[in-house]
This record gives sequence, structure tokens and C-alpha cells, in this order.
Amino acid sequence: MTEETPPKPVPAAAAAPKKGPVATDASQKPLVLGLAAAVPGSVLSAKEFVGETTVDVALDRILDALRHLKNASFTYLVDLTAVDWKDRQPRFDVVYYLHSFQKGNERIRLKVGVKEGEECPSATAVFETSNWMEREVFDLFGITFKDHPDLRRILTWEGFNGHPLRKDFPVEGIDTGAAIYPDRYPEGGGPAPDDPNRKTLS
Amino acid sequence: MSAPAGIGEPEPPPDDHTLLGLREMELNFGPQHPSTHGVLRIILKVDGERIVSARPEIGYLHRGTEKLFETETYPMVIPHTDRLDYVAAATNNHAYCLTVEKMLGLEVPKKAQYIRVLLDEMQRISSHLLWLATAGIDLGAMTPFFYTFREREVILDLFEEYCGARLTLHCMRIGGLLEDLTPGWIQKVRDFTVPFEARIDEYEDLLTENRIWKLRTIGVGVLNAARCVEMGVTGPPLRAAGLAWDVRRAIPYEVYPELDFEIPVGKNADTYDRYLVRMAELRQSRRIVLQCCDWLEKNPEGPIRGKTPRVIKPPVGEAYAAVEAPKGELGFYLVSNGTNKPYRLHVRPPSFINLQALPEMAKGHLVSDLVAVIGTIDIVLGEVDR
Repeated sequence: MTEETPPKPVPAAAAAPKKGPVATDASQKPLVLGLAAAVPGSVLSAKEFVGETTVDVALDRILDALRHLKNASFTYLVDLTAVDWKDRQPRFDVVYYLHSFQKGNERIRLKVGVKEGEECPSATAVFETSNWMEREVFDLFGITFKDHPDLRRILTWEGFNGHPLRKDFPVEGIDTGAAIYPDRYPEGGGPAPDDPNRKTLS
Repeated sequence: MSAPAGIGEPEPPPDDHTLLGLREMELNFGPQHPSTHGVLRIILKVDGERIVSARPEIGYLHRGTEKLFETETYPMVIPHTDRLDYVAAATNNHAYCLTVEKMLGLEVPKKAQYIRVLLDEMQRISSHLLWLATAGIDLGAMTPFFYTFREREVILDLFEEYCGARLTLHCMRIGGLLEDLTPGWIQKVRDFTVPFEARIDEYEDLLTENRIWKLRTIGVGVLNAARCVEMGVTGPPLRAAGLAWDVRRAIPYEVYPELDFEIPVGKNADTYDRYLVRMAELRQSRRIVLQCCDWLEKNPEGPIRGKTPRVIKPPVGEAYAAVEAPKGELGFYLVSNGTNKPYRLHVRPPSFINLQALPEMAKGHLVSDLVAVIGTIDIVLGEVDR
């Protein structure tokens, strides 16, 4: 005769170490130390994640930091973009990604926090290629760049009401009329606030 | 009582005989022009036939792809990447999958890596063939179009047999591939690739020593290496300027370190050298394809997908990964907040950034040379406008 044993409760897989890459502190790397020494007050923090070095830089020191890195053989600006952290202060991150042809193809990422309505200094004086990239960030995030030679919208049309990559911009887009009658439609674009179809990213 | 001044009297004619008293004229080039390869508008200022300034206006094909990325789960993003550079979907898939795999710390099985590289290089061949066809037609060389489309058709058929699509391939998955190769596919690839060397010779017979082709391309659209780096220009234009920089070698990914290939470089940084570089790249890609075929024939067994979790939730953080797309460095910058959807996914499109150098390359040339310059950058508007 067999006795039916009640199934053992499966222990929840808690406390299992999370797999995957972990971020580590990178403020003692020679590259970061060199940047902090050459441009005092620029490095706020630095971390390394999946082999990439990311340095948080103070907004008023970013141009000096970029100039220093360009002189230190980081001559190629790979990418410039922004991230919207809707509920954070400062709201935006502007992200620079630099490449060095000499130091074994090393790359470094700089980030600056930009508050809403605040001006970010334009990198066009240091890297000419940032011209269109900054126009794209201005167009899609509404971040203005100080001393930019030609700060116009680039992907959406002139007169477009709103900045599509902001998290509070509706995913389904806005009515074309919003561009023509901005007083009827909310600032930042989208259907009228009482429209039941209005939905935004969380 | 006299009539108010200006009414009832004809306007006096302008003093000089130049048009509107201006020496320079503004001219609209595109957006609906056959040689703009899509919907690119260029506002030209011309002095007679000579270009004083060229100002590209883009965005006619803007679809908000980066916004759409944020609403989709990680696997659902892959088909959207097909539609960026729609003549080179495999490299787009590849760059995106690499970025997510980097975040997850996933390892891709070796066989999948070889198939990915094989698909990438087939895609590079088909993209360069399309470039050769259209750039040739822009300058009045009709015949290469028929030859290159004959070969491109074979590649697209091979893609169709492998993954069911000809352009929007959706052929890679996070952690590897969806399907193993169909039986006999490698042999078909070989049947195409082995005689392809002679086909490249055929194209070169038509153009390389062609007097009209040389007159139209030599010295047109020069951008030297220092300016290329300053403008962020990558891909064949950078290599044609003499800088042997290729993501496949500089920041190696997948099995490229194991493969034997060269990075062709030019000297004069003009349209003709870019043509030569692309032709040499066709030969190098052919070599890589054959090496991949050899390896895959020796190792037919093996998994094609790594240990991909069922729900893909990368850890909080950010990562960037790039591949050498046919147009240049194509990268994805991913910011994850730990959920199953990307918080922010930005594309670093080579076409967009290379196009920025167009005003500099076109300045001082004739309007007809502008067509050659647009062709030589090799833009795809789906990627420029996203």
C-alpha cells in the first residue's frame, strides 16, 4: 500500500543571485582620473557596466571635458542623444559617446543632467558632427543648445507642436491640427486632455 | 486733385538685367527626385551651374521608430529594426541583438555566430550591389543595373529560402537565431558565391577604366580623413580617405577575429575611390562568406540559440553595441529600467551622420555632380529619418 505524500511546497527562488552584468565603480580608472585632474569639478561620478565607462559630468564643465578628451585623442564623437527621466530632477540626460582611434579603440560615455527649460552648451564648437545630432535632440526632446549655429527642427516639421520622445507625449501621435491651432491643443502635444483616447507612456 | 502716388502708373523696370537683381539662385532639389534615392530635399544655392551651398532637409520619412521601440517588448523591436536601413535588414537585426545580448550577458553559440556573419556578409554584398546599380544609373551607366540586379535577385531568393522574407528579414533573435539552415542551403550559397568573383570582374570591366565614369567621379566630393573623423563619417567614405578603420576589426564582434579578410582603403577620398573601396569590399565579403560556408559544412550540428530567458528583462543600466553595416558604423544605445520594454533605445544611423557631410562635399561642384555625391554617400532614407 502506498501512501500518498503531499507534494512539498516548492521554495520560492528568492535570494538567488541576479545573473547578468553588474555595474562597478570606475572613478579610479586612469582615464577618469586624468579627466578629473585636467578639468577640476567635472567628474561627479563614474561607473563601469558591460565594459563601458560612463562618467557623469557637471553641466557647466561639459565643454571643457569634451575639449580635454578631444585633445587626449578622443577625436570621434560616435553618438549624441538624450534620455527623458520624467519624474527625476534634472529631467533629462544628454549623452555623449566618444571614440579614440589611438588608445586601442577605447570609448567613453559622458552624461550631463539638464533640467527642463535649461540650456545645454552646444558641442558644435568642439565636434562639428554634433550639429545634426543636437538638432535631433532639440526636435525630439525640446532641449535647447546654447550657441548652436542652426537650431531648427530636423525630423518633424517646423511648427510641430510638441517633442515626440518625451515620455508624456502620446504614443499615437498628435492631430495635425495641433500644429496649426496650438491654442486648442495642450502644450507638449497630444489630443485634448479630456479625450478618452489619450494615452501616454507611464 | 491728383491720384495717390503709385496708382495708375506702371512699375519702373529693374535697372539691371540679371534675374531679380540677384547673382545667386535658389533651387529645390527633391524631395521627389529620382536620384535622391528616396525623399530627400536639398535646397541649393547656385551661381549658374555651380553649387554655392547645399542644405539638406530631411524628415519626410520620419515614422517615430524610437518612440515605437519604447512601447514594444524586446523581441518585438526586431522587426522595427528591419525597416531602418531596409536594404540591409540583417545588419540592423544584428546590431540590435548584440546590444541586448551585451546587457543580458548572453553567449551566442558558435554556429549561430557563423550563420549571423554569413547573413551579414551576404547582406553587405546585396547592399553594395544595389548601391552600384543606382549610383551607376545616376551617372548614366545603365548596364551595371541589369548585371547587379541579376546577382542581387539570387541573394534575395536565398534569404527568402532561409527566413521567408526578401527585404525585411527578421532573421535574428536575441541570443541566436530562430531557425537552423535549410538542407542544401549552404551548397546554394556556394554555387552563387564561387562564380561571383567573375561577376565582380564584369562590373569592373564596365566601369573601372570607363572614361566617362572616371571623368564623372574622380575628384568629385572629396572629404579627407581628418574631416571624415570630425564629421563622424564612417564606412566606405572613411576608408576611401585612407583610414583603415572598420568596426569588424576595431571592436570585433561574433567570429570576425577568426576570419581572414582585409580592409580595403582608398587614397584620394573622392567618389571614384569610394567606388573602388566598395568593389574591393564585395571581394572581401565573398571571401568571408566562403569561409563561413567551410566552417558550417564541417560543423553541421550544434545549437543555434543560447540560453535566452523566456522573458527578456535586462538589468538596470545602459549599453551600446555596434556593427559594421554596409553604410558605416550602425549602433544601438539601450537604456534599461529593468522592465520587459526598453526605456530608451537610440539608433546611431550611419546614413544620417554621413549625410551631414553632403554640403561640404557638394560645394563648388556642378549641379550634375551633386547627383554623384548623393550616390557616393550611399544613404537610405529609412535610416536617415527613422
